This record gives sequence, C-alpha cells and structure tokens, in this order.
Amino acid sequence: MGVEGIGARVARKEDKRFITGGGRYVDDMVVPGMKHAVFVRSPHAHADILGIDVSAAEAMPGVIGVLTGKQIKADGIGNLICGWMIHSKDGSPMNMGAWSPLAVDRVRYAGDAVAIVVAETKGQARDAAEAVEVSYQERDAVTSAVDALKPDAPQLHPEAAGNLIYDWEIGNGPETDAALARAAHITRMHIVNNRLVPNAMEPRAALGVYDKAEDHYTCWTTSQNPHVARLVMSAFYNVAPENKLRVIAPDVGGGFGSKIFIYPEEIVCLWASKRTGVPVKWVADRTESFLTDAHGRDHVTEVQLAFDENHRMIGLKVDTIANFGAYMSLFSSSVPTYLYATLLSGQYNIPAIHANVRAVYTNTAPVDAYRGAGRPEATYLLERTVETAARELGLSPAELRRKNFIREFPHQTPVIMNYDAGDYEASLSAAMQAADWDGFEARRSEAKSRGKLRGIGMSCYIEACGIAPSAAVGSLGAGVGLWESAEVRVNAVGTIEVLTGSHSHGQGHETTFAQLVSERFGVPLDSVSIVHGDTDKVQMGMGTYGSRSGAVGMSAIVKALDKVEAKAKKIAAHLMEADEGDIVIENGELKVAGTDKSVPWFQLALAAYTAHNLPGGMEPGLKETAFYDPSNFTFPAGCYICEVEIDPDTGITDIVQFVAADDFGNIINPMIVEGQVHGGIAQGVGQALLEGAHYDDSSGQLLTASYMDYTMPRADDLPSFQLSHQNTPCPSNPLGIKGCGEAGAIGSPPAVINAITDAIGTNDLQMPATPQKVWATIRSATRH
Amino acid sequence: MYQTNYHRASSVADALKLLQDAEDGKFVSGGMTLIPAMKTRLAAPSDLIDLRHIAELKGISVEGNKVTIRAGTTHAEVATSRELAAVCPAICDLASHIGDPHVRHMGTIGGSVANNDPAADYPAAMLALGATVVTNSRELAAEDFFTGLFETALDDDEIVTAVYFTAAETCGYEKFPNPASRYAMTGVFVAKNGGDVRVAVTGAGGDGVFRSADLEAALAANFDASALEGASIPAEGLMSDIHASAEYRANLVVVMAKRAVAKARRG
Repeated sequence: MGVEGIGARVARKEDKRFITGGGRYVDDMVVPGMKHAVFVRSPHAHADILGIDVSAAEAMPGVIGVLTGKQIKADGIGNLICGWMIHSKDGSPMNMGAWSPLAVDRVRYAGDAVAIVVAETKGQARDAAEAVEVSYQERDAVTSAVDALKPDAPQLHPEAAGNLIYDWEIGNGPETDAALARAAHITRMHIVNNRLVPNAMEPRAALGVYDKAEDHYTCWTTSQNPHVARLVMSAFYNVAPENKLRVIAPDVGGGFGSKIFIYPEEIVCLWASKRTGVPVKWVADRTESFLTDAHGRDHVTEVQLAFDENHRMIGLKVDTIANFGAYMSLFSSSVPTYLYATLLSGQYNIPAIHANVRAVYTNTAPVDAYRGAGRPEATYLLERTVETAARELGLSPAELRRKNFIREFPHQTPVIMNYDAGDYEASLSAAMQAADWDGFEARRSEAKSRGKLRGIGMSCYIEACGIAPSAAVGSLGAGVGLWESAEVRVNAVGTIEVLTGSHSHGQGHETTFAQLVSERFGVPLDSVSIVHGDTDKVQMGMGTYGSRSGAVGMSAIVKALDKVEAKAKKIAAHLMEADEGDIVIENGELKVAGTDKSVPWFQLALAAYTAHNLPGGMEPGLKETAFYDPSNFTFPAGCYICEVEIDPDTGITDIVQFVAADDFGNIINPMIVEGQVHGGIAQGVGQALLEGAHYDDSSGQLLTASYMDYTMPRADDLPSFQLSHQNTPCPSNPLGIKGCGEAGAIGSPPAVINAITDAIGTNDLQMPATPQKVWATIRSATRH
Repeated sequence: MYQTNYHRASSVADALKLLQDAEDGKFVSGGMTLIPAMKTRLAAPSDLIDLRHIAELKGISVEGNKVTIRAGTTHAEVATSRELAAVCPAICDLASHIGDPHVRHMGTIGGSVANNDPAADYPAAMLALGATVVTNSRELAAEDFFTGLFETALDDDEIVTAVYFTAAETCGYEKFPNPASRYAMTGVFVAKNGGDVRVAVTGAGGDGVFRSADLEAALAANFDASALEGASIPAEGLMSDIHASAEYRANLVVVMAKRAVAKARRG
C-alpha cells in the first residue's frame, strides 16, 4: 500500500469544494434566458379533477406559461414506468396503474403534480401557481396498506382491483408449513417497518433546456444515475431520442436512494422548455421534498420462526404487506421482493423459508428504495424475531445465533441467494468483546440504582450488495442490466482521467477511485481525476445505489486499468528492448525487473501519444474501456450491539453504547468506510427512535411534512460509535470488495429495538420508539 | 414569502406611526415564528416593522430583587446576564435553552411573550414569577396578559415594552423538548416565595400556558420533589398530537415539575 493507494486513509479530495461552498449543484446552474418553475400540487389525497382554469394565472406578472396534464398527453409524453416486472404467484403480471407526469383526471396523493407554472422569477411562478384554479371532487382516501386491502377500501387505479399490485411468493410453502407443524417452538411476531422520508440535504431539482436550432435537450438533474435517466426518458417518455438528450447530474447533495428514480418534474421541465421556448428550472422546497420524494420502507409483516428441540431453526414463514403509495416508482416492485425476501435467511442455516408479499396502492407518496432497500426490512424482522425467540427459549441471544450460524461457504439459501464468504462468529465475538457484553448485568444494576432501565440488544445482519449479475436480475424481471462501465484515459503527460458510470453524491468516489489508480501506476493522487455524471462525457453507466460502486464500479475500473497496464508494459518492453513479462511498475516507473533500466510513467505516456517508436502494428494512444458484469451479489455482514438507558418517567431512550463489527471485504479507504458506517447508523437509529412519516388516516394529509414534526437524528441523539472490521475478502470480484454504504442503516434498527425491549421487559414495541411510545409501553406492561 | 416592506423603527412612537401608515402591518421582534410563517406563505403582512433596534427597548436592570427586562432583549442577553443570574438564575437557564444559538441571538423576550406560542418557554416563567407585562399604554399582570393559543390581551397597535417581576426566593425551570422541533412539549416553571408556590406549565395546555393548583398546593406544603410522588394532573384539556397524547403530557407535567423543584433546590 502506498501513502495514497489502497488501504490509505486519504482525506477526501472533493471535500475542499464542498466545505468551502464551491460545490456545483443543479440550483447553481444558470443558463441564458433561464426561467423558474413552480408546480401546482394537489392539496387532496384523492380527488377527481373536474377542470383546471389557468386564465387568471396566465395573466399574472412575469408568467411565461402554465401547462397541464392534458397538454403533456397531447404532446405524446409517456406515463412513468416501473422498471422491474414482478409476476404474482398465479403467474399474472403486476397490476400497474397509470402515472401521468401531470395528473389528468385524478389526483391520488397530497402533492400529486397537476400543472407547471413558468415565470420570470420563482416568486412570480409561486404567485401564479396559487392562481391556477383546479376544481376537485374529493374522494375517500386510504393511507394504510392493510386498510387498502379491505373490501370496502377506496380504489385508486382501475388496473389494480382491490388496490393489489401483486401477490408474490418465494421459497417453499409446503416444506415451511411442515416445519412449523413439527416445531418444538414457534416464535411469532407482528412487525411494522415504519415509513421514512429520505431527507437528502439537497432537495430534488431539474433544469430543462431545449435547443430549438439543434432540436436537442439538456437536463441537469439531481440523479444518482444520469444514464438510466436518459435511457428511461428517451425510451419510455418520448422526451427525445438518446442522441438528442444530454443528462447531467453535477454535484448531488445526498440521495439515499431517493434520487435513483425518474420523477415527473424532470420530464415536465424538459417538455415545458420546448413548449415555452425558455430554459426551465425547478428546485423543490423542503415541503415538496417531504411530500413527493419517494419514501422508504412501510411494511407490515406477520412472521413465524420455527425451532426444533435443539433450538435449531427449521422454518421461517413471512407474510408481508408493502405500501407502494399512489404510483409505482421506478424500482418499487423489486424492493419488497428480490431485495427483501431473498435476505430472509439472514446469517442462519434455515432449511425451509416461505415469504408472501402483497404490494398495495394507497393515497400516499410513492415508496421505493431507501438506504438498504428491502434488506433493512428483512434484517429488522428476522433479528427482532431471533432476539425474541432467545428470550422465549431462555437462551442468550448470542448462543441462539451461534447455534444457527452458517459456517460453511458457499451456502445456498432457500431464497435464491448463494452466500460466497463470511465469518459471522468473528463479528459477533468482536462486537461482544468491544461492548463488554459480560459486564452488562453489573451496568444494568448500577443504572437501576439511578432509577434507569438499562438494556442491551444485538443484531447480526447480512445484506446483498454489488447488484448485480445482469443475466440473473434479467431473469427475475429487471428491465436493465446491472453491470458498470469505466474508461481510463492516460493523457500524453501521464495524468489520468477515469470516466465512470458510477455517480458520487456523498460517497467519496473522487478519492477512492483515484486511490485505485494511484496504487496501480504509482502516480500521485492529484494527477488522477474522476469524471462522472454527464452522459456526454461518460458513454454509459448504471449509477450508484445498493452499495454497488465499490464492488461493481471499481471492478470495471480495475478491468480498464488491466488493459492500460498491459499496453503500457508492451510499450515499455519495446522501448527498453526487454521482454514484456519482465516489466514491473514501481513508484511511478516501468522497470525491467532485475536491471536498472526504467521509463518514468509520464515518458511512457508521451511515447504512446508521440507514436514515434511503438511496437509494430500498435495503435497510438493509451486509453481503454471496460464493462464489468458481476458474477454474484456480494454479502456484507456483521454484528451490531446497542446499549440503552431509559428514563421510565419520560420514556426517553439514551443510547449509551453502540458497537458495529462489520465484514465489508477489502477496504480501499478506511476513513471513508467509517464515515459510511457512521451515517448509516445515524439513519438506522433515526428509524428506530425518531423518524416516521405519519399520514392522517381520514384526510390523507402528511402530518410530518416539515422538521417541526418529522424528527431527524441530530448529533446529540447519537453516541460515539465503536467500529471494527473482520474482513473476509469477496471471492467474486477482483478487489475483494463487498460494499459498505447501507450496512449501518440495515444492521442498527433491530439492535436498538432489541436493547429497548430488553430494558423494558416486553417484546411488543414498534418503531419509532419515541419517548411517548416507550412510556406508554412501560405503563401498560406494569399495569398488567 | 410574499413581497413585504421592511421598516426598522427608531422608537416606540415611530413604530406605532409606521404601523398606522401600513396597509396590513405587523411588528416583528426577532421573527423566529413570524418569518418562517411568512416563508411558507401562512402569514403575509404588507409591512414588517422591526422593533429590535429601538434603544429604549433594550437592556436588563436589577434593583434589589426587582428585575426589569426590556422587550427587545435577546434570549442570549438574558441567558448571559450576570446581574440577572445573581437574583434569578432560573430565567437565565430557561433562556439558554430556547432554540439554538441563532434563535437566541435573534429572538427577544418581548417577541416571545407577545406571540404567546403555546410551546414557548417564557410564558411559563412570566406566569410563575407573577410578572407584569408593560406595554406602551398600560401594565398587565401575566395572568391577564396570556389569553389563549397565540392569543394575548394586546391590542393590534400595542407594543410590549418590558416585563418586570420580583425574583422569587427559589425557582427552577425544566422542559421536555419535542423530539422534532425541540420546542417545549411540556415545560414547567416553579417559583417559591415563602409559603407561596406557583407552578406554571407551557407546551401542554389546550389553551396555552396555565398554572396547576394541585401541584402548587402539594408543593406549598412541602417544597420538595418528593411532595409530588404519586401526584397526577388530569389529562382533560391538555394538547394531544402525534408526538404526545394528553395522557403523556399530563405525566410529563408532573415529572418536569419534580425536576424543576429539584433544580430550584439545587440553586
């Protein structure tokens, strides 16, 4: 490892511009003639649109145009799509309702876009938006997925009878039922995974520019995957063919999944730019973000975990209802199916698993992938159930887990996944030692003397990253391949540009990706630039989500580096009249091993471009492209332990200790990995203790639509984290990387809730464990 | 935010004239509630008349036990006043926990009491300390001043110029912040003068700040947290929302009262 190579704690290159206010976000983009857009949104959760009168708005000062759903339909702009086909267990394709970028005759959630107003200033656009008169006929609304399945529930889409999108299953039902029938013990739980609002620091934004002379569009957008945005907007929404549509995702201030999807606003801004003849910029305000960013989670699950007389898990049966909101967002269908139920085996050898998942429309914001996307839901239900089972069986939570750990690899689970490597015992032991598990009872007694309830809980998570083998996901219904591309361009003076289809919106790619190159060629980090986020610069890419940019994105770079290295060695061998196999790269030089002959890297690069003396038949230049398609998912895993103290008088929970022991495979930059874990745990603790999107049942209004009511985790809600790594390299990719972006958010919620339920002595508690809820739970437990 | 005209008043008289001349004017003295409401277009005054820079509204004076805090005094100034801390540390403690540093350097005591947010901290202190609210035209006892949720006895063209009170022998404030907004979800100010104990509650009452006669009676008999063991107050009439039911708030009132007493006794 060099000082700037693999494994080095290099400070993030991109932080200078972020910290000094030099970042360039969509809202910083200014183009000549640019005007401002505001969307008219439905104040109702469910209503028919009887008419829209834009005449008063059009007459307002500064207004350039007011456009509605009828016009966007007339211009042939398509409905939004869902990119992953799921079939119900009866073989029928999912029942997908239409989602027009601007609602035409019905609105289905509070915040649904109805019209766009373009004006000289944002203030004028806002004034005019208030003057758009929409005549609504209100309908009854339903916000809970469980309620939406009831026979008399309001119906959202004619395509989805009973609001049911699909009724899907995985695993082996009869075997699982048989296991339950012969079980010595069954632990049953009702688990609610609370709905979350992503809350990226930068709100969503779009700037659409139509160039009439060239008949060409440019879209600046807050996207985690600009190429996918271009593909979808081109192939499905009829905005423009790909060669006439450039999508740029510049600096993006956090995504957490919510910026994967293609939303109505960017499509409408592009279309409105052509319609009005001016560049159109829209930036969401915070309330719009709460209302319309795709939310996360929102599952209700019944789970049964069966044990034999030796406390071995013999069967797991899961029945989940997943709330999809008013429309199917781009990857919504995959989240509670292949990203969720395939992880239900956890770290355990469970011979029979069956999961049934019903996806349901409700009058709420669309729900899609949010940090972890399905894996937090699987981990939460399994790890709460295992902890509860240990209590019921009178075993320590560690002992029950150890009895059931998978210890041989590869391991084929009953739910598709084939785990390639791991050492669950190592993380469990490391975490217990770091947490001083054995000293807990003394700490509990001491806390009791202070009137506090102290509890400890653990969670052993596994997740799947590095998505994904294209053929495999294609066979499961994905509409795209999930490879990644890279291009390594060595300039004539030896500096290097890496073009990647991954997108960095907080992950630090400009640093970690450069470290790879620095390691390979011994060049300074500063001579390596990472280029991403622009479809005119990078040919194609699948973007960043699912902790895939290390395992997949960097693997593509490695492949391209291999090609560059091979060519460079050929040139060096030719220049030094040596055998190609004897060339080694050390400290920025290509050397003939065992001799004092060498060519500096920059001179080699220059030789490639002057082409005065290249091997016969070799093309000039030093630039290579690679596509990497993974051969398997990767399986990060670990053990988290949380220790809490609860004030029984107020119900407030204080996290006094949090230990995370993770296996991420090989690590490029430990500091960045630790940052990812810190952020992930903060979000996981947020879900466990604080956060929750709350809709009013009858009106369908989002009650938590600002920070006055939606509780984001803050520094004083969190302890210092104790982190460690027990890395087993991933065998399926060249760097041995598993991925670290979501683990914190996946592993932490059950650890927190297991600690709280340990403290208060009941297993019946749902997230978020707010002070009120914990107090009420303690009170009802004492009453009985 | 809609267009509005900003005026910086130079005196109370100037402020009154500016209001008179405005179509739909509103006084602002920190704007920690009003400005967010304007940003979300829930409030739309034609004119904002800023009282924060009026010299005669600035400053804290302490004479013996009599404390006068002029209306334009910021929370940060109250929190850090040594004079005040010498006679009534509880009010400094209260001010030091309002909002965040930005809020404390913008928000003023006059703005806070005039707004009478049901989750604001100062109204509890005013009520428990038996404060008098001084306006440009009259003086009102705190009990008469606070009349309901965001409601006071102020006339539209009346400006709070100061509050004054006699520092209690012993007093203390404790609040349980709303997890999201960090406003007081329940805050209790206790003040003891001889046998007279006042317990004022903010953040919990359906009609805003109120005094609890039951808790006052218990504490008058024995000014110690133990006097409230087993005490309860009725949930009826308390606020209920997604963060805290009326029952939970009723519990918090007692718990915060105990802690305020303990804090008061510690000094």
